[in-house]
Formats: sequence, structure tokens, C-alpha cells
Amino acid sequence: MKPQELEEELLSSGHFACPGCGETLAFRHVLKALGKRVAVITTAGCGSVVDGYWPVSASKVPFFHCSFGTAAATASGLKAGLEMIGDLRTTVLAWAGDGGTFDIGFQSLSGAAERNEDILYCCYDNEAYMNTGIQRSSATPKGAWTTTTPVQNLKEEPKKDVDAILAAHRIPYLATASIAFPEDLARKVKKAKAIKGTRFIHILIPCPPGWRFSSDLTVKLARLAVASRFFPLYEVESGKRYQLNSMPEKIPVKEYFRLQGRFSHFKEKQIDEFQTEVDARWEELLERMKRDERPCS
Amino acid sequence: MKRLLNGNEAAAEAVKLSRAQVIAAYPITPQTSIAEALSDMVSKKKLKARYMRVESETSALACLVGASMAGARVFTATSSQGLALMHELLHWASGARLPIVLVNVNRSMASPWSLGTDHIDSLSQRDTGWLQFYCEKAQEVLDTVIISFRLAEKLLLPVMILSDGFYLSHFVEPVSIPGQKQVDRFLPARKTRYRLNPKDPHTFGGGVSGIIFAKLKKDIQDRMEEAKETFKDLSKEFESIFGRTYSPVEPYWIDDAEVVMVSIGTLTGTARNFIDQARKSGKKIGLLKMKMFRPFPEEAVRQALKGIKRVIVLDRNISLGSEGIFSQELKAALYSMEPRPEVIDVISGFGGIDVTPEGLSELFQKVIQGEIRHGKPFWMGVEG
Repeated sequence: MKPQELEEELLSSGHFACPGCGETLAFRHVLKALGKRVAVITTAGCGSVVDGYWPVSASKVPFFHCSFGTAAATASGLKAGLEMIGDLRTTVLAWAGDGGTFDIGFQSLSGAAERNEDILYCCYDNEAYMNTGIQRSSATPKGAWTTTTPVQNLKEEPKKDVDAILAAHRIPYLATASIAFPEDLARKVKKAKAIKGTRFIHILIPCPPGWRFSSDLTVKLARLAVASRFFPLYEVESGKRYQLNSMPEKIPVKEYFRLQGRFSHFKEKQIDEFQTEVDARWEELLERMKRDERPCS
Repeated sequence: MKRLLNGNEAAAEAVKLSRAQVIAAYPITPQTSIAEALSDMVSKKKLKARYMRVESETSALACLVGASMAGARVFTATSSQGLALMHELLHWASGARLPIVLVNVNRSMASPWSLGTDHIDSLSQRDTGWLQFYCEKAQEVLDTVIISFRLAEKLLLPVMILSDGFYLSHFVEPVSIPGQKQVDRFLPARKTRYRLNPKDPHTFGGGVSGIIFAKLKKDIQDRMEEAKETFKDLSKEFESIFGRTYSPVEPYWIDDAEVVMVSIGTLTGTARNFIDQARKSGKKIGLLKMKMFRPFPEEAVRQALKGIKRVIVLDRNISLGSEGIFSQELKAALYSMEPRPEVIDVISGFGGIDVTPEGLSELFQKVIQGEIRHGKPFWMGVEG
């Protein structure tokens, strides 16, 4: 690689993230792929806290903190405003966690997606309200421990399939991505950047304190989430054309679970049930691929 | 040029003349015709703007927060529940120092449902850091919108313009429409020093210490204080171009008055009518119209009410568990006066109840005869 091809780091060290944080890794890759001509909207969440405390900021791009439930609307308005003052080039990135996306910000996101607002929306999903200290969200997997779903009262509902819901909005581009596959993540961000309309990238973010694992295992867990088919990597164009990005070897979800304290209460029965659920979702996904008759790339 | 316009049409016309660049709104009765008119103007290219047909009032104001951060001139309109839904974003807009202009067509807050007008919706937003101007006429709505953009952009604070539902929003009056060139002279394109700009990247709205937080809020308070004079200056400049002027409080027949009614919004017109008649029969009564509520013009109120024995506040609102909000604020302003006028709080026209000049005459008689005194609020038109 020639030196000039190296992309500039737009997220500095010295941010406030916990050791082994997956969110900052994802943010770094996303910013690098987008380049400097970007403006970022972020909601309440880990992403808003780890950027820094006045007067410092880890991001080298314009960054606006918006209210918890309004990332997509604020980003849409920013894009409209930039266009009206004559800036047609800047990419507007909404950067929100699973709380800000699946839950409190969902109406705003659905509204923006339905209107096909010209924004890139990235959800960093650590599967619970981690910034307030590990409370259940609708992205939390069934049976996972959180402080509001203790072992006596575990989450009974499966993780909300936000990607299927967004695909149903027929947005031009949707992708799932992982920090364990940074080239794939960067490719998706660059592809999304070139598309006009609402683009949604869902990135799974292992969280050492929230998932109860050692901070050196973040990338390994991200990889196992994909390899176990718990979090498959795929793209959807216009809500219809599905494309699988890798055909994971079928590693049992048990391998993914056993490294995480939040599943440590799982007995064989729960693991089997979860495996059945993962298999069923995988089959569903393959069905959607087949419908479009596009082979795995 | 004069045209027959209702308050909502006057608001939309003013937004067009002000060359707003991004408009986001969610329809709600009685605001709807503002949203429709602006959407129509944008669609027919009479106004070069982005009209965002959002899915809620929360998103409407969130869109404007984003668009204003880009440096665009922005506008929204709402009513009642819609304004309540915007509450969090109202704080956000003032805290981020965004010169957003909003017209709220006052309507009662449910439950139960009511289409009537009162000022609870906007007065509930008293502490959000927005300037508030209440209007009496359609002409005043049009002029106040234009002045407000200039004021907002000068102070870097958002402004809310209040218009009584139906009484003002839907009643037609002759309105003088200024020429575009005149408006452009008074209100040039927005210039922004602070905005989200990839060429000059900064972070806005992240965590700060308590001291910085308090300093930033105190700065808003200082700008609010400044707004009282700035509004007067801009009104003078507006008058020099358009021949009409406005002041934070407007006295009427007040010089030799013993009793003064304080009115807000369209009740002012009714009160003027009553006072004109009462003056003919020699009653020493005057009127103080309150246009500016935030910032609260204490000094102007004290000056206007100096030497007045009794003040009747026509509060089209109630802070349940206390009293009318204008009455509270007025009492606080008059506290340092010696002698202090007696303040009689009358909850009037609440829920849209029609207030007539005859009704005000009856009220005045009761006050003169000592049947209604200061103390607990008197509910006009409500038995028991």
C-alpha cells in the first residue's frame, strides 16, 4: 500500500471508553472509512460520553449531541440545513446505541427511514443500556442477565429484529457489520456513503463490563457472534435484495456464550433452546436470500 | 398591499417573507393551516425551502435543531399537545443557542379534549429558555414573526410567538403585507459563527462541569435581560421601515386610571372595546396589554402601573394549586413598589370561553363594589 492511501485516523486516543470497548473500535473504523467530509449526530449513550468532556473531544469531525430519542430526525434536519446553505457533499452520520435505535429513538428512525432522508445511520448495538449500567433493552438477547433482568426474572423475549423492520421500510441500503471484520465494515460504510437516501448499518459491539467478559476478548467475541450465526453479516438493498457476506462455519452458540458472564446461569436446556432459536433465524434469513435468488458472495 | 388574512395565514406569509430555509411541522388543530400553507408555498416554489413532513412534533423540532446547527434559518408551528411533546427539545434548542422561530397556536391541554384556547400550553414552557410574545391581531402575528427572526439571530435564542386558537388563528382581518425588498432590508440572510462544519470541526453539547453549565445558563439569562432593550430597538427599526411598532407592554387609557386591566392575546381587543365604552361614562379604567412574557418586562410593568390602585389580571390560564401565571409574575414584579397596587386575579376565557365587553363590564362592577377582591383567583363564567 502506498503511504498516501493510508486513511487518516479521525478518532484520537484518550477518549473515555472502558478498556476493550467495542464501540470506539467501530467508531474509529466508520470515521476512517467516511473521511473528513462528515458531520456526526450522536444521542445519549456510551458514544456520547466516551467522546470526552468539555473542553476536549476525541473526534476530529464536527460532532453534535442530540436528545436521546431524536438521532434520525436531528440528522435529517442537519442534512436539509446543509443542503439549504449550499453544502451538498457532507455526509451526515447518526451514531446511536441500541437504546437510541431499537427503543427510545425508534419512532424518529422509522419516520426518517419512511421519508428516505439522506442520512447514514449506524447503530452500535451492545445489547443493553450500558451507559446507565447494564439494563435490559429490546436488543438484549433472550435469557441474558442485566441489572433489570436478574436471574430470578430473566428476559423472556427474543432480541428485536430491527434489521427486518428497517428492511421493511424499503430503505436503499442496510447492512449488519462487525468489528471483527473491519475490511467488511469499511467496505459497507464506503458503499453506504455513495448511496443517496436512508442507509442503516447495524454493528454488534461486545461490551466487556456489560456482557461480563475479560477486556482482551472483545474482537474474539465479535467474531464468535458471526461464526455461531448469532449475528450473521449481510446486506439488503431496497429492502428486498439480500446478500450474505460470509457463510459461517456452524460453531455452536455455546462457544459464544461460555465466555460471557451474562449467560453463565444458562443450563443445557436454555442453551439448546437458544441454539434452536439461532438456527430458526438463520433459516429465515436463508429463505429471504433465496427469495431473491442471489447466491452468497 | 392589504389582504384579508387570518392569524395562521399571516404567520405563513411572514415565514415566506422571512425566507425560512427549513420548515418541519406536524399538523394539529388549530395550527394545521400554517403547515398546509407553508407546504403549499414550498411545493409551488414560492418559497425556496425544505419542508419536512415529519412523523411527530418531537421530530419536527429535532429536525430544526439539526438544520439550525447547519446554519439555516428555520421555522415550525404547533399547538397544545404538540408543544408539550416538544418540551425536551425546547430546552435543547435554547441550550444549544439556536435561533429557531416557532408559532404556537394556543389550545387547551387534554385531558379531556378541548379545541378551546388558553395559554397553559405555552406558559407550561415558561422555563425552557425561549422568548415568548403573545399577539392580539393577525397583523401583529405577521410583524412579530419577522421581528422574531431578527431578534433570535441577534441573541442566539429561540423565540415562540403565541396566537390564540380560533379567535386569532381563524378570524380574518385586513393585514398589510410588506414588500419582500423591505423585509430583506430589515432581515438579511442569517450569518452564523458557530455551526457544524467539516472544514472547522467542533463538538457541541457534550458533557461539561457544573460551573461551565451554570455559566452557559447565566449567559442565556443575560441575553434574556438584553432582549428587552434589543426588542425595543428592533421595533423602532421596524417602525422606520414598515410604520408599525410594538412594545413589551402597551398601556391604553392608563394615565389617570384608578383601575387597570392586564390583558394577554386576543382578550386585549375585547378589553379595549369595554374600556372605550367605560371611559365614555367617566370610569377611570385603563388597560395594560402584555406582549412580552419571556423575558418578563418587570421594569416596564412597574413604570406602567405606578400609582394605580387596583390591577385586574385577565389570566387565560391557571397554575393549578396556585393561581393565574401572569398574576404570579406581575405580583413578583410589583413586590418592590411602595405603595403596591392590589392585584386581583381573574381566570377568564379559560378553555376558550368567550369573554365579551359586557362580561368585562360586569366584572369591573363587581370589583368596584368589592365583591371580587385580591386573594383567591376568581373564575369568570364558571359557576361555583
